[in-house]
Amino acid sequence: MSGVPARITYREACRQAIRAAILADPRVFLMGEDVGRYGGCYAVTKGLLEELGEERIRDTPLSESAFVGAGIGAAMAGMRPIVEVMTCNFSLLALDQIVNNAATIPHMSGGQFAVPLVLRMATGAGRQLAAQHSHSLEGWFAHIPGLRILAPATVEDARHMLAPALADPNPVLIFEHIMLYNMEGELDPAVQGVDIAKARIRRPGRDVTLITYGGSLFKTLAAADALAVEGIQAEVIDLRVLRPLDTATIIESITRTRRVVIVDEGWRSGSLSAEVAMRIVEEAFFELDAPIRRVCSREVPIPYAAHLEQAALPQAEAIAAAARGLVRPAR
Amino acid sequence: MTAKVHLDRAHGVHLLREMLRIRRFEEKCAELYQAQKIRGFLHLYDGQEAVAVGVMQALGPQDAVVGTYREHGQAIARGIPMGPLMAEMFGKVEGCCRGRGGSMHIFDRQRRFIGGNAIVGAGLPLALGLALANRMQGRKAMIACFFGEGAADEGEFHESMNLASLWRLPVLFVCENNLYSMGTPVGIAEAETAIWQKAAAYRMGGEAVDGMDPVAVEVAARRAVERIREDGVPWLLECRTYRFRAHSMFDAQLYRTKEEVESWRKRDPINRLREWLEKAGHLHPADLERIEADVVAEIAEAVAFAEAGSPEPVEELERFVTMDEVPQ
Repeated sequence: MSGVPARITYREACRQAIRAAILADPRVFLMGEDVGRYGGCYAVTKGLLEELGEERIRDTPLSESAFVGAGIGAAMAGMRPIVEVMTCNFSLLALDQIVNNAATIPHMSGGQFAVPLVLRMATGAGRQLAAQHSHSLEGWFAHIPGLRILAPATVEDARHMLAPALADPNPVLIFEHIMLYNMEGELDPAVQGVDIAKARIRRPGRDVTLITYGGSLFKTLAAADALAVEGIQAEVIDLRVLRPLDTATIIESITRTRRVVIVDEGWRSGSLSAEVAMRIVEEAFFELDAPIRRVCSREVPIPYAAHLEQAALPQAEAIAAAARGLVRPAR
Repeated sequence: MTAKVHLDRAHGVHLLREMLRIRRFEEKCAELYQAQKIRGFLHLYDGQEAVAVGVMQALGPQDAVVGTYREHGQAIARGIPMGPLMAEMFGKVEGCCRGRGGSMHIFDRQRRFIGGNAIVGAGLPLALGLALANRMQGRKAMIACFFGEGAADEGEFHESMNLASLWRLPVLFVCENNLYSMGTPVGIAEAETAIWQKAAAYRMGGEAVDGMDPVAVEVAARRAVERIREDGVPWLLECRTYRFRAHSMFDAQLYRTKEEVESWRKRDPINRLREWLEKAGHLHPADLERIEADVVAEIAEAVAFAEAGSPEPVEELERFVTMDEVPQ
């Protein structure tokens, strides 16, 4: 492939990834609620049923446990299913299948079976969908041994993470933040693939490290822009992979900047941000010049009213303030 | 073609032998549990042997079996050798799952035994996926999915019946209705206690059969399997059975009377078939003695295999949490 970088939406990148995966491998198919005729709850799969047919794009009943479990069974029997759960809030209806079957069967069977399954789901808040459609539960899943957890934030990751996820012999959960679907980005045709193992430094800086992932990446980059105006050079790390965590990239950055803010749309208590912070404490405590700070969602069910919803979520200003407080502490 | 079973001497004796292998194996398991060689949960199949033995007669090696947590009988009837089975319960690396699963999680890839599953109902969705994969890959095979009547309480039962019928998945759903989900009688858990009748709500065929009679189970299972293979649609077979022993080794059985257990023991599938074979002149005392001696020897060999086994090195604890490749 050649040509100039194309500007496409995150949604279109997801769609291209699914289409390419199904065309490339007869074992790959997609199933989920409203993925076919409707074109996907977030319009990710629009047109795929017409192009690829009912065998490969399968509309399911509203039976999360049955179709996620069926995905696990199909994966164990040689297929490479992509199962879409409309939002991670609904994934709780399939939690048993994900945790008790997908994540345990390889180990529990003494390595006789692998579960090469990909589960995609939307996550996060920002569209006034209220508490039962807005939570960020990826941190919960990142607790479970046996799962790989991905959070593509960029168009490039949305386009290219699916292929290595399908090639992984293990269950891979992909969390797509709902506020990213309409976001546009450049897709460089020279990039033919990405890894699903490493965090990425999205913006280099020397004064403070801002660690984030998914929907919070662009808020964090905006905070870094604001800080730059004030002369503070913030480094922004996009975790990309929430399990297993790429601790090395985090520690390397902190060894240079000596200050860190972790930004996580999940709730603070028992969260992924807590895990990242503890890894830093365990491995780089003496490199730190200041306490670790976190900017997380407020500990409430995400409310409907726009001003309350926004008040509950991490915002660029709060991120910048936390970083500023570390670099230039008030006397 | 009809699903008649030709119950000649050889086949009758085969069914009896299979049930005896399960019964005696589990008697040994209970003994070894008391001796603390086996730990954890141990759910015995005692009384239900006709179900697994009858159903397995209708399956071929290309088919797969999804089991429950009371699955020793299902595993033995499917052909999993007793040695690795016993070693699994001893927690030895020679066990069929390297001692990681124990009694409730027997897997055998070679014999397409896709798990003991200790989450009630959780095997049903797996069966759908296994059947879907077979169809999408053009394999003419079916899945026998075992579950207890307690699984019918679970939402996954409804979800799975509906999806299996909707997508015409070749699954034989085998409900082992032993009347109790642990201590709860089916009558206070299910509004409709005739489990097989629920099939109609999913436009699926089904029937109930005497689960204490291996021949009746085999006939019903063969009939179901034929229909599934011809029409590619699922079928619900309810096998009405009873477990003679406690739910697990920690159960005082306060929820049922001794008289009830005794009345069911009169219908013991092994005694019934033995008596029938004897009356028909197919089984002589010497035959039975020889079968029992063979079974005792097979179990002794399995116990010796398990005893001689070794614990998996602790360095391997985290092996297979994630897989490096998909086993072929």
